[in-house]
Amino acid sequence: MTDILMPALSPTMEEGTLAKWHVKAGDTVSSGDVIAEIETDKATMEVEAVDEGVVEAILVAEGTEGVKVNTPIARLKGEGAGEAAPPAQTAPAPEPKANEAPAPPPAPAEKAPPLAALSSGKPSRVYASPLARRLAEQKGVDLSGLKGSGPHGRIIKADIDAAQPGAAPAKSKTAAPQPSAPQAAAAPAQVKSLEQLGIPPGTYDLVPLDGMRKVIARRMTESFRDIPHFPLTIDLEIDRLLDARVRINGALEKQGVKVSVNDLIIKACAAALKTVPEANASYTPDGIAMHHHADVAVAVAIDGGLITPIIRAAETRTLADISRTMKDLAERARSRKLKPEEFQGGTFSLSNLGMMGIKSFNSILNEPQGCILSVGAGDKRAVVRGDQLAIATVMTVTLTCDHRAVDGAIGARWLAAFKTFIEDPITLLA
Amino acid sequence: MALDFDLIVIGAGPGGYTAAIRAAQLGMKTAIVEREALGGICLNWGCIPTKALLKSGDIYEQLGHVADYGLSTEKPAFDFDKVIGRSRAVAKQLNGGVGYLMKKHKIEVLDGTATLEKGDPAPKVVVTLKAGGSRTLQSKAVIVATGARARVIPAIGLVGDGDRIWTYREAMTPKACPKSLLVIGSGAIGLEFASFYRALGSAVTVIEALDRILPVEDEEVSAAARKALEKRGIKFRTSAKVTKLSKSKDGVSLQLEAGGKAETLEGERAIVAVGIEGNVENLGLEGLGVKIDRGHIVTDAHAGAGVKGLYAIGDVAGPPWLAHKASHEAVHCVEHIAGKDPAPLTAPIPGCTYTNPQVASVGLTEAQAKANGREIKVGRFPFRANGRAIAAGETEGFVKTVFDAKTGQLLGAHMIGAEVTEMIQGFALAMTLEATEAEIMATVFPHPTMSEAMHEASLDAYGMVLNT
Repeated sequence: MTDILMPALSPTMEEGTLAKWHVKAGDTVSSGDVIAEIETDKATMEVEAVDEGVVEAILVAEGTEGVKVNTPIARLKGEGAGEAAPPAQTAPAPEPKANEAPAPPPAPAEKAPPLAALSSGKPSRVYASPLARRLAEQKGVDLSGLKGSGPHGRIIKADIDAAQPGAAPAKSKTAAPQPSAPQAAAAPAQVKSLEQLGIPPGTYDLVPLDGMRKVIARRMTESFRDIPHFPLTIDLEIDRLLDARVRINGALEKQGVKVSVNDLIIKACAAALKTVPEANASYTPDGIAMHHHADVAVAVAIDGGLITPIIRAAETRTLADISRTMKDLAERARSRKLKPEEFQGGTFSLSNLGMMGIKSFNSILNEPQGCILSVGAGDKRAVVRGDQLAIATVMTVTLTCDHRAVDGAIGARWLAAFKTFIEDPITLLA
Repeated sequence: MALDFDLIVIGAGPGGYTAAIRAAQLGMKTAIVEREALGGICLNWGCIPTKALLKSGDIYEQLGHVADYGLSTEKPAFDFDKVIGRSRAVAKQLNGGVGYLMKKHKIEVLDGTATLEKGDPAPKVVVTLKAGGSRTLQSKAVIVATGARARVIPAIGLVGDGDRIWTYREAMTPKACPKSLLVIGSGAIGLEFASFYRALGSAVTVIEALDRILPVEDEEVSAAARKALEKRGIKFRTSAKVTKLSKSKDGVSLQLEAGGKAETLEGERAIVAVGIEGNVENLGLEGLGVKIDRGHIVTDAHAGAGVKGLYAIGDVAGPPWLAHKASHEAVHCVEHIAGKDPAPLTAPIPGCTYTNPQVASVGLTEAQAKANGREIKVGRFPFRANGRAIAAGETEGFVKTVFDAKTGQLLGAHMIGAEVTEMIQGFALAMTLEATEAEIMATVFPHPTMSEAMHEASLDAYGMVLNT
């Protein structure tokens, strides 16, 4: 005995109209037969039988509107079928009690089918290793929302390790049942397949998601979606900074140190964070964390992604020290030899695409940091001095702020301080 | 320069020749360069011929115990030359087999030595042919699979002299069975030779710098192996540092330091088995900027050697120095080159030692699991409680399992006993499939087999053991 369930035609579909039955009780159906038509306000779709058998009963009459997804709509008697169970047993999972332990309850008799199972009466199988299943249960991760990286798309331990408990179905969050919010939280995991979006398989190569790609995808999505962010952009003249660099490097030559523009920017960031400590902040539900040190995380592009090694307490370091440390961190980042404590944490981020010719851009915040600075290319531009046109080397920078911790006025003050340090680098000595 | 091949493999050991076959299967035009013999050390001077020797030793030892089984025989004897001869014949047969496989897959075999030069899209391979002359070949990809050799420490005499001080190679083809033998190093190689020569009657002493033999194995297995081998008459000196090995008037003389005291051991012959070094020399790797760390090529997750089109697999790319690790990497590497998406190289690699009794393991030892900060459940089951083992008169040893207490993940399995090397794949398969204790418990193990001890050891970890 198999119940045929109301299919979901799209990830967001909750209910639909059973427009037409193509079969009646007593009909024999085989896999692939069209048995019904379902309508939503957006589309009409045919439902095909997946299993063979005899239609035992039509449970929802033709023309019924507002049929909830996953409601049994018909029952199929399969070969060698045993006694039919009453349909109520496959109905929704029992309501969790508020005082239950946070561990997920045992899976209901039949789980809601994942999206792909458009025409199946049976929930289509989620392929996952036994260990992955157990870890998912312990962590509260919904397997049907995950893509597997194992053989044939099987979900393995690594996929669960990379997944967020946020992808849990509502039923496993027993502590605080909220009718709709958990559904929204699960949404990002349920990306439509390319095929659903009209790009057929075979027309592209699929590069598997490695751990780094998954972390980038998750963190950036969460950050961009959840943090109210805004950009502040200014232009900086850097001719004096470039002069200073030449002289500094002349002085440091004997030490074998060559300071880059980026090293100077790190130093200026740290100095500006010291001048405007309100910008060196993280929003937490308990209060705004005002960091004691300017731990500047610097985005480094590496094979297959990027990583942000951190110059700790940059405000206390000399330029030569910053330069040496950055060189070492960047090299080890590229060979993927950084220790976790060398790229986790950080109170402020710096992303420089100037060397790649980008004029200006707007970075995504690196949680829990309150600000990230995006640095563009320094190039010669026409500037107005008094009423005269002049040529200066100008660099555009954008400070993206977490509005929960850093308001516009704070960001502006930080940029003003930064501008002073960059345009008149001698002030770095003050 | 036009492309001569899609793939050139340097070295025809278990890594190299497997890579070549997989490449041919995927339609690549493939060549393989070998300076000595197809099949590499494994087939010719390692895994296989030693197993042939050990089988002779095992049977000879068994002949001494036939009365236990209600049988009798004349006084057992052996013809040493024939024992060695059989081992060489086995190696030769398999060497021929690899030749056949190369032919079958239309892989061009180049007899000679290879060096690498800068090239595009991969380094050029210059082959100095044994038959004379040389060829410079350009391919899309090059895999270095040149293997490894015995580590030597000449400063203290730990280096083969081709006469009385042997490495694995001389130890496999001596003219006579030595009356006494000093084995330096108690890893798999050292202990297998110790086991073989002891079975044929040599007085064998094994010297180990660390405090236990088979130092990579679980501590309980190390202890059990020592006990079992001591019972067979092998002497062990652990925590003993070799200070000098040299020839003496009649044999060899070994100076060591143990417990702060200097001592000298005498023997007829010595075997140096103190580790493995990658064959990274004379390949032109330095000129290409390939990174070499402690004698091995540094590789990435797909066996890439950090230079466009260049890959390294097997022993030359670092430990564990095992043939099956090399062939596993070979398939992964070639599929990656072909643009496929092979499973990552994360599967646990089992290790086997063919002493009598045998030792086999996969995954973490109990100590390693604890050091990882895991809360664990440990199960054990002795073969003396296993029906098949009792019937076979092979009750030595046990199976030990290590599970993660929280998730039920099988973290490691360790066995010592008869033919356990044939059973470890069961646990390896379970780990690769990410089985938990539940699937292992739910699996039906046939009765009567020694493999039932694997089931019982898993049950034991959860307090559910049935037969002890």
